[in-house]
Amino acid sequence: MKTAWITALSLVVMIAFTQPAAAQTLINGAGATFPYPIYSKWFDEYIKIDPEVRFNYQSIGSGGGIKQITARTVDFGASDGPMTDEQLKAAPAELFHIPTVLGSVVATYNLPNSPKLKFTGDVLADIFLGKITKWNDPKITALNAGVSLPDEPIVVVHRSDGSGTTYIFVDFLSKISSEWDKKVGRGTSVNWPVGLGGKGNEGVSGQVKNQPGALGYVELAYAVKNHLPVASVKNAAGKFVEPSIASTTAAAAGAAKNMPEDFRVSLTNPPGDDAYPIASFTWLLVYKDQPNEVKGRALVKFLWWMSHEGQKFADDLLYAPLPSQVVKQIEAKIKQITYQGKPLLAGR
Amino acid sequence: MSVVAAVPQVKAQAAPRNLGDQILRVVLRAAALTLVLLVAAMVAAMLHAAWPAIRAFGFRFLVSSTWDPVAEQFGAIPFIYGTLLSSLLALLIAVPLGIGAAIYLAELAPAWIRPPVAFLVELVAAVPSVIYGLWGIFVLAPFLRVWVQPFLGKTLGFLPLFQGPPYGVGMLAAGIILAIMIVPYITAVSREVLLAVPTAQREAALALGATRWETTRIAVLRYGRSGLVGAVLLGLGRALGETMAVTMVIGNRPEVAISLFAPGYTMASVIANEFAEATSDLYLAALIEIGLLLFVVTVVVNALARLLVWSVGGPVKAVRE
Repeated sequence: MKTAWITALSLVVMIAFTQPAAAQTLINGAGATFPYPIYSKWFDEYIKIDPEVRFNYQSIGSGGGIKQITARTVDFGASDGPMTDEQLKAAPAELFHIPTVLGSVVATYNLPNSPKLKFTGDVLADIFLGKITKWNDPKITALNAGVSLPDEPIVVVHRSDGSGTTYIFVDFLSKISSEWDKKVGRGTSVNWPVGLGGKGNEGVSGQVKNQPGALGYVELAYAVKNHLPVASVKNAAGKFVEPSIASTTAAAAGAAKNMPEDFRVSLTNPPGDDAYPIASFTWLLVYKDQPNEVKGRALVKFLWWMSHEGQKFADDLLYAPLPSQVVKQIEAKIKQITYQGKPLLAGR
Repeated sequence: MSVVAAVPQVKAQAAPRNLGDQILRVVLRAAALTLVLLVAAMVAAMLHAAWPAIRAFGFRFLVSSTWDPVAEQFGAIPFIYGTLLSSLLALLIAVPLGIGAAIYLAELAPAWIRPPVAFLVELVAAVPSVIYGLWGIFVLAPFLRVWVQPFLGKTLGFLPLFQGPPYGVGMLAAGIILAIMIVPYITAVSREVLLAVPTAQREAALALGATRWETTRIAVLRYGRSGLVGAVLLGLGRALGETMAVTMVIGNRPEVAISLFAPGYTMASVIANEFAEATSDLYLAALIEIGLLLFVVTVVVNALARLLVWSVGGPVKAVRE
């Protein structure tokens, strides 16, 4: 009887003493699906840096991320496309866009022997507008001397689900082709003039693989992992650049000179000889003035770590790391994050 | 959806005197009422969320075929058309197949075959729809493109239904995938219904000199009619609401095309595809209005199917022993 009491008492004591240690800071986030693999890697690695902080990230899509951070139901949001001016105005307080990594979008195709192809933005726009319908169209053959292209119809395949990948691709087409800009425009889903819709990268690449003469677009990471044939695209400097992690990072480096202070920038068709032109940041969305001091402090520490040490995880997961010029700019931004007007990262 | 109509009904009793009975009655009434309230709450919530789109487009939403999220112009016709056509195609294939298989299993098959086949049918009904979708992309669509569509185009190409380039994916693929998905439901439920038909019915018909087919038609199918309709409606319900597998093979193009080779789109698919990234309020409201329409279409189609049965064979009576 006595021992039972002692056991019970010691249990109570144990619980009482473990309680403070278990009082972790839980930081909730939600948003983009595209960077989810690297975010979950970061959140996992960060436990080793700061065991007191736990992250909970729901990859519900960029739209959901913007909505939730605006409603303050999460501590940070994540988006593949920058918030519009109206969306920022609708938010209860000033929001910062913090770039985390880069991704790019590649054109992939199904042709006999998978030749290496070259495209310009104009030709891609004309194909996706339905103006170029055959593979041996003079506009395509002119770019690809030495490649024998069949007299077959081009079967256009695009994403059917709303996606940051689509946004980056049509953003590029809108910049190059005024006709595309007028007729279709940019968005996570658009009114496609031609083509079949596939769900997700796997849906698009599945249809491209099965359909001779198909042309579609997928994320670089997906194309590399699955060894899909990818096309070089002409950049603003007039060079044909093959999509790769290095050429994607180069796109951000090219844009660093004219980087707007809020990072809400489209990286498609940037200057720079080595820049692959269909690239984009993906962003975390955080409030400039954090509502909670403990969480805010943990969050800025994480942002600092993510933009420095965290970048080394990008390569393995096939994301392009931030160029050093942009990291400098992000440092300045993180230092502006405050709690009740006081900077949270003053010590650096 | 009364799947099993062949259940003897007990007339509702006058107010019970016993306290326990009274409590039971109140509890069960509350349960029934909760279901009704749930449906009402769902409709109300969707109406509220869809209101910006209803106000902006009004009736135009139901007749326009433009779906342009960039310009924020939304119309539901291609999705309604796609949902109805793909489900109709599925029923055209699945009903003869499903009920045929059920008749065989219940009436004709040797006794040792019945349990394993019935078990397999139920197993197929439990396969998740994304599996069907993957199979659709990698097996069915290429098969259709290489073999079926060129053949149909050559033999029946004079019909507008079978014209156009063969992509594999499209309305035909969606209809076939849906048919494959709902056949097990129709078979499993129909079989149960047919097994519930009293043997006396068959014996009476056979005694009058009816052949096997006549017995099945007059004594069995007619007797189990309302249950069979229930089986078909259950399949139809799944076809109308199926999302994942259809999205993967229908081609996702918001267009009203006559040809079954052309890509299409369904209401459930567009919601699943675009909801997560719909950022503007009007866009979101338009998607929710599509959801509301899907709800309405489901109710209307079910009601029409019941009316059809009533008008053909008189009111469906619950069978009494």
